[in-house]
Amino acid sequence: MSSQTQTLFEKVWNRHVVVPESNDTPATLYIDLHLIHEVSSPQAFSLLREKNLPVRRPEKTLATLDHSTPTDPEPAARTIPIVTADVARQIQALQDNCAKFGIQLYDLDSDHRGIVHIIGPEQGLTRPGMTIVCGDSHTSTHGAFGALAFGIGTTEVAHVLATQCLLQNKPASMAINITGSLTDGVSAKDLILAIIGKIGVRGGLGHVIEYRGETIDSLSMEQRMTVCNMSIEAGARAGMIAPDQVTFDYLEGREKMPTGARWSELLKSWQDLSSDKNAAFDRQVDIDAGGMRPMITFGTNPGMVMSINDCIPEKGTDESLDKALAYMGLKHGQTLLGQKIDIVFIGSCTNARISDLREAASLLRNRKIAKGLRMLVVPGSQAIKKQAESEGLAQIFIDAGAEWRESGCSMCIAMNGDTVPRGQYVLSTSNRNFEGRQGSGARSILASPLTAAATAINGKISDPVELM
Amino acid sequence: MMQTISIIRSRTVVLTHRNIDTDQILPARFLTTTSRHGLGPHLFADWRYDDQQNPNKDFPLNQVDPAEYQVLVTGDNFGCGSSREHATWALLDYGFSVVISTQIADIFRSNALKNGLLPIIVEPKIHGWLTRHAGEFVEIDLQEQSLTMANGNIVGFPIDPFAKTCLLNGVDPLGFLLQQEAEIAAYEKSDS
Repeated sequence: MSSQTQTLFEKVWNRHVVVPESNDTPATLYIDLHLIHEVSSPQAFSLLREKNLPVRRPEKTLATLDHSTPTDPEPAARTIPIVTADVARQIQALQDNCAKFGIQLYDLDSDHRGIVHIIGPEQGLTRPGMTIVCGDSHTSTHGAFGALAFGIGTTEVAHVLATQCLLQNKPASMAINITGSLTDGVSAKDLILAIIGKIGVRGGLGHVIEYRGETIDSLSMEQRMTVCNMSIEAGARAGMIAPDQVTFDYLEGREKMPTGARWSELLKSWQDLSSDKNAAFDRQVDIDAGGMRPMITFGTNPGMVMSINDCIPEKGTDESLDKALAYMGLKHGQTLLGQKIDIVFIGSCTNARISDLREAASLLRNRKIAKGLRMLVVPGSQAIKKQAESEGLAQIFIDAGAEWRESGCSMCIAMNGDTVPRGQYVLSTSNRNFEGRQGSGARSILASPLTAAATAINGKISDPVELM
Repeated sequence: MMQTISIIRSRTVVLTHRNIDTDQILPARFLTTTSRHGLGPHLFADWRYDDQQNPNKDFPLNQVDPAEYQVLVTGDNFGCGSSREHATWALLDYGFSVVISTQIADIFRSNALKNGLLPIIVEPKIHGWLTRHAGEFVEIDLQEQSLTMANGNIVGFPIDPFAKTCLLNGVDPLGFLLQQEAEIAAYEKSDS
């Protein structure tokens, strides 16, 4: 193994080391972009206040409201009703903290507001080679651009606010090599669910994953974001994809992206952001995407997943599976095709981008959702909402009988008024099917936007390929 | 703030499930707080209480007095999922000071160490013994990185050396970072 060769992760890591790791101390890593939201930041600002510390580089932190923010459609007044007094306090705290410390906030009435991991890329703030952190585990999303992006806790949010740095031990590296073409009806969501199914929910523990290979090369940026988004569901510290022309084309001309000579400079600086030939990874996993089918979860973590036409595993020695199926009201050996669904949710930082909405709308055009079924379509940002409205997608959802809502995390985290009632089944394009994630006693089944749309039309779990 | 830890002697509570995620430790509906305190009553809320909010008698935490049971032994990959530090705060507020598992998720472990909740990884064989002997005393010596079980066996456990120093001496990692001002300023100068 040559000491000269480096993985993409190592290149980005090395460029951000302020003080190297020693036997006794972690590395000090510089953070280029810090994203904050209302839920994981108030206690961080409290720490600064307790210690009488300023925010070191306020221009490197951006705030938005998404997690506890309601998504009720109130477009005219923009006076979104806040669900509880606690939430009102939390939103007020972010507004006050941003004002006091000089941090830009995309407030409730901002056209730039949206889910934190959607707006960064959308505005060209997320860039190749950056280090990006947020008090949110799905920060891995930004790795799709060749950034090293990972979720942190609130204490670390305070560290970044105060010093623009984090103390970090260098994670291990894992290459996931993916070959084969995704067939019609199989999406990036199905690909990442299949990967998690293969390596397991702790398969990526302590590792930064690099997704590579011809299948990844062929994906759009939005699809790559869906893949990297769920890296944390495999336990990984981060997920990354080397930037290429697809990345550069996506970024050029974005609102916050420089133009002219500065753009050319940036473009040049991104050219070597890929793993060197023969770079050594601590672990390699090969995946064949060629024969993949739409994927669907049946249990209470994203690793309990199967092809849509498969049956739930037979009873074995796994008590966790038994517990999961008892919670889900499902049986060993059964198929999920035809399973009645109460709610379909299209949204979240995994699948609420314009291409996700286009895919879902392609099946819902001139069709109605099943009688008695509730369907929420929650765009990932106000910009996506506007675009979907101008493209006519919103009207397709409304005509089909779905609710078209304001942007936010909505039913993915169910702390904003959008919840699934106890015992009901929700087919969700989000990222977590944990017990109670979408409401106490809610039964979550994760799938792609196409599968969600097909299921909404039939009122029961359906293979989207049959409607295409 | 940062508590110091040296020697902990306590009985264990055991939750055998694998992959206990932070949504179980503290459901999202309790994340509307702006405080780090007062989350103990909501710890494992959906497992601890029934639909009517009455304590679920079968749940291990409802069978013991928190004051005597500071050590939580859990199934593999504890703390996976959401990065919410509220999960750590809830465990501490309830009264836990140690979590023992065969594997602990990265972000949760990092949060735990920054708040004085000690995450301990043990071999499956040791873990198996601990899960079969719920309620027995264990003694944890952080300086020695040793875990003494009720049968007299003593096993070592790994811990990041910096985190160990911080926990033993009450060193605040933020203070450590702030002392690197010169290096940070130099980095910013060279990077701009």
